[in-house]
Amino acid sequence: MLKEYDVIVVGAGPAGSMAARYAAAKGVSVLMLEKDRDVGYPVRCGEAVSATRIAPFIDPDEKYIASHINKFSLIFPNGTEVTVPLEENGYILERRIFDYELAKLAANEGAEILTRAYVNGLLFDGGKVSGVKFEYRGEPHEVKAKVVIAADGVESRVGRWAGLKTHIDFRDMECCVQITASGINVNSNTCYFYFGKDYAPNGYFWIFPKGNNTANIGLGVGGMIGKKKSALSFLIDFMEKNYPNASILTQIAGGVPCTPTLKKITAPGIMLVGDAARQVNPLSGGGISSGMIGGSVAGEIAAESVKQKSPDLVLTYDKAWHERQGKKHIVYNKIKNAIYNFSDDKFNNIAESADNLPDNKKSLGNVFKAALIHNPSILIDVAKVFVIK
Amino acid sequence: MLMIEILPDKCDFCGCCVGICPEDAIELKEAEIRIIEELCTNCVKCVWSCPIEVLKFNRNGVKVNLDA
Ligand SMILES: Cc1cc2nc3c(=O)[nH]c(=O)nc-3n(C[C@H](O)[C@H](O)[C@H](O)COP(=O)(O)OP(=O)(O)OC[C@H]3O[C@@H](n4cnc5c(N)ncnc54)[C@H](O)[C@@H]3O)c2cc1C
Ligand code: SF4
Ligand code: SF4
Repeated sequence: MLKEYDVIVVGAGPAGSMAARYAAAKGVSVLMLEKDRDVGYPVRCGEAVSATRIAPFIDPDEKYIASHINKFSLIFPNGTEVTVPLEENGYILERRIFDYELAKLAANEGAEILTRAYVNGLLFDGGKVSGVKFEYRGEPHEVKAKVVIAADGVESRVGRWAGLKTHIDFRDMECCVQITASGINVNSNTCYFYFGKDYAPNGYFWIFPKGNNTANIGLGVGGMIGKKKSALSFLIDFMEKNYPNASILTQIAGGVPCTPTLKKITAPGIMLVGDAARQVNPLSGGGISSGMIGGSVAGEIAAESVKQKSPDLVLTYDKAWHERQGKKHIVYNKIKNAIYNFSDDKFNNIAESADNLPDNKKSLGNVFKAALIHNPSILIDVAKVFVIK
Repeated sequence: MLMIEILPDKCDFCGCCVGICPEDAIELKEAEIRIIEELCTNCVKCVWSCPIEVLKFNRNGVKVNLDA
């Protein structure tokens, strides 16, 4: 370990590894610190991604792909199931391996990685972030950096220490619990989504297949719901009703910040990426690919700022992210707010219209159109998504 | 007085409560969680957001074990 690095990345999730890799690829020195002992574990994720969205960053490899997805099945409160083929295929990942591979790609570019390194403070030099404090094997350390990239996930404490307001309203946090279970007889090419107040009010319930009759089964509910009934009790109810004999291999908890990206994701000497910046797609709750995009954009800008000896370049990342992805998330968030408040009756009406579509017309787009007929006000927001795409 | 109780051995260290805590009063290491009494305002938002019912409001107050 050196006394000073050009770039220090805090957190070795997908966003952190991408930031480390894209910075290191430009020839600057990079250190990535991760508090857990293993990169990629524990897995707090449903592991679903779009194949096209991750393709620019990593070659497809069966070792990190648990199953290939080409259908979505939407299950509505009255039990109607609408299955739609996907235009873009997806994967259910083995994130334990995927995250590890992403970190390896960063290391291959020259980034140093330290695990069991818990960052607990920032160093400042005249109001500018100038490094981090961390605990490593029980010993306190301080290392300087020209740019710090905070990729510390949903907790997002590092940004707070730099004066950014990173905490989010509890109503916007999808509070999740998920099990990986075997004995789940589902199609290994289909992701299942359940809607309605019995499954996951203000959120959704999912079954994502991992092959060999195992699957990730979980749900997220908004914090307002968690006030009355926890995500865990919804999961227990579902399993007792639907899979009383399943073997449970793992159980995890987690939070997904379902909001538009924070207004400010930079301050002098620091940039936020991934969940820490709230870069999750607020409609789907998917944060793997958008965090990877955020990481890659930030890593490149950080390296440029070091190479050009221009600290102010760091601040251009706010706009770069907004243009690339952030502005879409604002619209997705509006759609989310409309859909999440749908009553069971409204969902059932959508189910009926969607179910009446001829099989060759069943696509996600057409189901979505059916949803719009029942809530025309979303139409304006949807139109915007397509306009600014 | 701290009134947020952490039920022992139930926490999964997922960080959901940390992300919503308006006071940055929750500290989470790999497998260690702690509420910083001096910062906590007992607003209860963390209790609502914990997906697996680890946090509880306890109006009698919670003793912070300084030896731990
Ligand atoms: C139950 C659940 C299901 C999900 N399902 C999906 C899905 O199907 N598809 C999808 O795309 N997304 C999903 N997500 C969201 C996705 O998991 C996240 O958006 C993604 O992991 C974010 O990546 P990241 O790199 O920003 O953060 P993370 O992957 O959370 O990585 C952050 C890292 O920072 C480390 N860290 C934190 N604080 C410190 C510190 N102080 N010092 C050092 N290291 C630190 C952490 O240990 C962690 O390794 C799901 C989330 C949950 C909770
Ligand atoms: S009660 Fe409020 S201030 Fe205290 S730890 Fe929980 S969320 Fe933070
Ligand atoms: S939300 Fe619950 S399980 Fe997650 S870290 Fe906080 S107390 Fe632990």
